[in-house]
Amino acid sequence: MSTPYAKLPRWADYGLIPLINLLVAFAVAGLVVLLVGENPFRAAVILVDGAFGSGPGIAYTLFYATSFIFTGLAVAVAFHGGLFNIGGEGQAYFAGLGVALACLPFDGFLPWYLIFLLAILCSAVFGALWALIPAYLQAKRGSHIVITTIMFNFIASSLMVYMLVDVLKPMGSMAPQTRQFLDGAQLPRLGFLFDYIGMKVRPSVPLNISFLLALLMAFLVWVLIWRTKLGYEIRTMGFSPKAARYAGISETRVIIVTMLISGALAGMMAMNPIMGDQHNVPLDFVAGAGFVGIAVALMGRSHPAGIVPAAILFGMLYQGGAELSFEMPSISRDMIVIIQGLVILFAGALEHMFRPAVQAVFASFSPKSVGVVAAKGEGV
Amino acid sequence: MAEAAIELVGISKSFGAVRANRDINLEVQKGTIHGIIGENGAGKSTLMSILYGFYQADQGEIRVNGKPTVIRSPNDAIANGIGMVHQHFMLVDNFTVLENVILGAESNALLNSSISKARAELKRLEQEYSLFVEPDAVIEELPVGLQQRVEILKALYRGAEILILDEPTGVLTPPEADHLFRILKQLKEQGKTIVLITHKLREIMAITDNVSVMRQGTMVATRETAKTTVEELAELMVGRRVLLRVEKGEPAIGAVKLSVRNLTVKDSRGVTMVEDVSFDIRAGEIVGIAGVAGNGQSELLEAISGVRKAVSGTVTLDGKPIDLTGAADPGELRDRGLAHVPEDRHHVGLVLAFEENENSILGYHDKPQYLNGPFLNIEAIRRDAREKIEKYDIRPSDCRLKTANFSGGNQQKIVLAREIERDPGVLIVGQPTRGVDVGAIEFIHRRLIDMRDQGKAVLVVSVELDEIRSLSDRILVMFAGRVVGERGPDATEGELGLLMAGVEQQEAAE
Repeated sequence: MSTPYAKLPRWADYGLIPLINLLVAFAVAGLVVLLVGENPFRAAVILVDGAFGSGPGIAYTLFYATSFIFTGLAVAVAFHGGLFNIGGEGQAYFAGLGVALACLPFDGFLPWYLIFLLAILCSAVFGALWALIPAYLQAKRGSHIVITTIMFNFIASSLMVYMLVDVLKPMGSMAPQTRQFLDGAQLPRLGFLFDYIGMKVRPSVPLNISFLLALLMAFLVWVLIWRTKLGYEIRTMGFSPKAARYAGISETRVIIVTMLISGALAGMMAMNPIMGDQHNVPLDFVAGAGFVGIAVALMGRSHPAGIVPAAILFGMLYQGGAELSFEMPSISRDMIVIIQGLVILFAGALEHMFRPAVQAVFASFSPKSVGVVAAKGEGV
Repeated sequence: MAEAAIELVGISKSFGAVRANRDINLEVQKGTIHGIIGENGAGKSTLMSILYGFYQADQGEIRVNGKPTVIRSPNDAIANGIGMVHQHFMLVDNFTVLENVILGAESNALLNSSISKARAELKRLEQEYSLFVEPDAVIEELPVGLQQRVEILKALYRGAEILILDEPTGVLTPPEADHLFRILKQLKEQGKTIVLITHKLREIMAITDNVSVMRQGTMVATRETAKTTVEELAELMVGRRVLLRVEKGEPAIGAVKLSVRNLTVKDSRGVTMVEDVSFDIRAGEIVGIAGVAGNGQSELLEAISGVRKAVSGTVTLDGKPIDLTGAADPGELRDRGLAHVPEDRHHVGLVLAFEENENSILGYHDKPQYLNGPFLNIEAIRRDAREKIEKYDIRPSDCRLKTANFSGGNQQKIVLAREIERDPGVLIVGQPTRGVDVGAIEFIHRRLIDMRDQGKAVLVVSVELDEIRSLSDRILVMFAGRVVGERGPDATEGELGLLMAGVEQQEAAE
């Protein structure tokens, strides 16, 4: 028996339900704030104001969002193929090596745009390589991709510690990171754009050109999924592996290619903190962006047009959260993580919690505006 | 005049813009078998779901034994003595019969007392209705007919006085169906009321006392079965005259197109489902494969179309070998002129979440006419889809609509249009009209006959014996993975039924 709920109009599906989820997440987070003895409304104002109230605030929000767009797209592409790539974290981390490979030998004499192109290529290839092994194991051996990609996160983590401590660390340095990049490997920052809208942004704010690359990738992912033969095959496979087999689509090939693209997108995320902000490859530069990407993809319904705003929302939580812990000392960094966790919980994991209620409301108010998915009668 | 067990008064139910039931009135007399017949999508299942508490009606009243009753859930229905046997059994496969019967009706946390009570009760029911099933048998080891009996017992165990059966014979062999009908008659004699939902006119004529006909969400007529005819009912269902037999001329048989020799296929569990099967299909003929579902027909189809690897055997297409045990894939077979309409259009033949136009290229999505380099040529794809929609009268005629929103018959037309319009030399069709309404059945059969008349080789697998008999020029019967007999189109139903049940030819003749 199919569910007797009517289908929602698109605006409710893509706008109203995420909004309700978000509001509930904030309400629960507000309770937590109340529990530590702070005013939740003031906290909310600080959070939003910190993220969007000033030029630098916005720039930081977009800087964080850049990473989340990449990882969100990575998760989304895999989702379309019916694959759950939890390994964005490890793929991005490993791709840091690719970025180092593109920057360290050449930053003394190549212009930034050539190194940027090289770094796009290297980070994508390294990210893809890290996704290749789980993809191969899934396609050929049936090892579940969720398990293998999680495991590869740990492997990447250990490998990077080894690389940064024992291989890439300059002689005599105490910090487990590569040497500082020269000008050629530092990406141009976009703070100057804010001048045109009358806002001042310090040159030290790390929003950089990889944000534009992220937007371009969002567009290209849309083209890939909905406008190419490969995207058609990925979607067929994601919706129905049996139909894919019937259509003569090679399961092995689609799994591997999808994961390569997913890994490459996750890998490109590495450029944002490394070449845009730190100008070296430090430990733990991914800082959870790979996992946030899962929430971003879920919240954005695996559609680039949803992923970009979802990524900006999480950028807001990161940036506004940092402001909040600064303004309200009793709200520590961990509290921010709790709030982010709640948003992920309600927007991602509990995404369908309010759906039946909303559908019931819609069905009773406007029976004309809803189509039918349920009860098309008998037959197989 | 007997009193009414169930009265439905002015029942209406909408799903969004679709009005599944419109002002339905129905009266089922106590102690009768009442048939409800109608095309797919006519609203039969919705109506019964309202009666059984899955849905609530928007308007209208249900009266059980004359009392207005509100039924909000299946539990309410059971409390009012209404039981339902679903088309797809609601049984736990690895539980025993007894465990399934008490499932949901356990009287307390410890099962022991429930089980011993149930055992005694089951014994009583078995004797009363002569419905014997071994209580300790595990469901998955029982044949389908017996599983259905467990469903009936489940309903009776819960005290059902009114029994709703939704398409009960879809999965049964003709002898099993006859047996079911005997059971239903016996239940009737014991005073139970039975509502039988079906789209098979023959069954209605065979066992019902009264019959109600539904069309497009309305109840168009109720007749006493003895005073109506198959022709009248068919006309009421469709709203116009229908041809129940397909008109076709003599076949003009040509050369062998597809030749299968000693084909053996195993399913995913490693069980041999097709064993040493050989046959030929020639140009200009329709070969039908009859058999009860699960006797290897599905695996045979999958193997020939390249979806499933065969274990051994040789197959030639237009005289050239195809390697079904290894490299052959459905794409390659399509290129060589073998088209396949799969049995399961919901999961195999179509991607229901896709727009109609996206499904109209499934399997042919790599053909240059639909592509611009690596990009899809959206315009060409949609133009092509619109042409097919027009030619095959697919409704609604919107190529951007999600495929899930088309009715079964129209979904099947989408698949057929896609496969037939490529002009294949060999067409393999699984369950051409399963879940398809009567109007579309006629259309689909016509198309298949046209293919044959154009000199194509057509292989049809169907569990509907009537369909096999009216379409085929030759009939092969499969039982337990083997082809157990070949008959002409004039073979009687009894003869085929015995073959399908695995009774040897000699015994049949005796």
